[in-house]
Amino acid sequence: MTRAFYWLLPHPFLTLLLALVWILLQNEFSAGMAVFGLILGVIIPWGTSIWWPDTPKGFRIGKMVSYSLVVMWDIIVANIQVAWIVLTVPNAKLKPAWIVVPLELVQPEAITVLAGTITLTPGTVSADLSDEGHSLLVHVLHTDDADAVRDEIKTRYEARLKEIFS
Amino acid sequence: MSIEMITTYATALCLFIGSGFILVGVIGLLKFNDPMTRLHAPTKVGTIGIGMLLLASIFHSFSLGDSSMHELLIMGFLFVTAPISANFIAKVSIHRKACETPPEPPRDDTWSTLNRPPHDEIVPDTLDSPPQGAPEKA
Repeated sequence: MTRAFYWLLPHPFLTLLLALVWILLQNEFSAGMAVFGLILGVIIPWGTSIWWPDTPKGFRIGKMVSYSLVVMWDIIVANIQVAWIVLTVPNAKLKPAWIVVPLELVQPEAITVLAGTITLTPGTVSADLSDEGHSLLVHVLHTDDADAVRDEIKTRYEARLKEIFS
Repeated sequence: MSIEMITTYATALCLFIGSGFILVGVIGLLKFNDPMTRLHAPTKVGTIGIGMLLLASIFHSFSLGDSSMHELLIMGFLFVTAPISANFIAKVSIHRKACETPPEPPRDDTWSTLNRPPHDEIVPDTLDSPPQGAPEKA
């Protein structure tokens, strides 16, 4: 039964997401469109599953929602901080820095979400991954204490992502 | 106070905040003098600036009576794709040595951008000096 389920729906969350995107594209909700979105959501992952066979198992969608809320709040706060830096700190006093974040995450999806989160939060841009994928290179716009920024990324984002992609 | 008044004020407020953050982003883009620090300015425009303008669009279409949800999709796609372009710009400026060279990663050999196969290493040298073994010009 489980095997039949995963044969038909290799990526169950992608099915739901595609149906939701289809309904939002239509801009009006009707039962026919919802059914058609679900059909698309079944066909597209099924047809493309040969190119990405590894479904991330144990993805916790509830924790992902709370993680998104935390990230949105951080984006707002960091926007105001960076706007203040842009307007008040002169170029000569700016202290940009490279920081290296050692990663405990191993799944490519989790590392991608972490790198995207770091870039979306103003003040930090994730620049590169080491060749074996054990550390992430992050550029910080203005900081006095690079280790504090690294620890905040690790405790605030990476720890939550480890729970989501456990 | 009617519902139209509230949505109009909300639209105006969102437009004001959004364009303010976009202005700060543009000032940052002009002010900073290093490619990597300059990269930090558009992240602000791409998140709060565009997000607030799209929120204003949602309020406005709601006040007109035909509510639109396309803006949520624009926001979602923008949040997914913006980090990719920032990542590529950062990789290019590491390659062109337009910024400080990043520190070595602690556990691995090198950063994946700088991880070149040996036969590619010759290429930059041949650009400004003749390749080794080439005959001298008489």
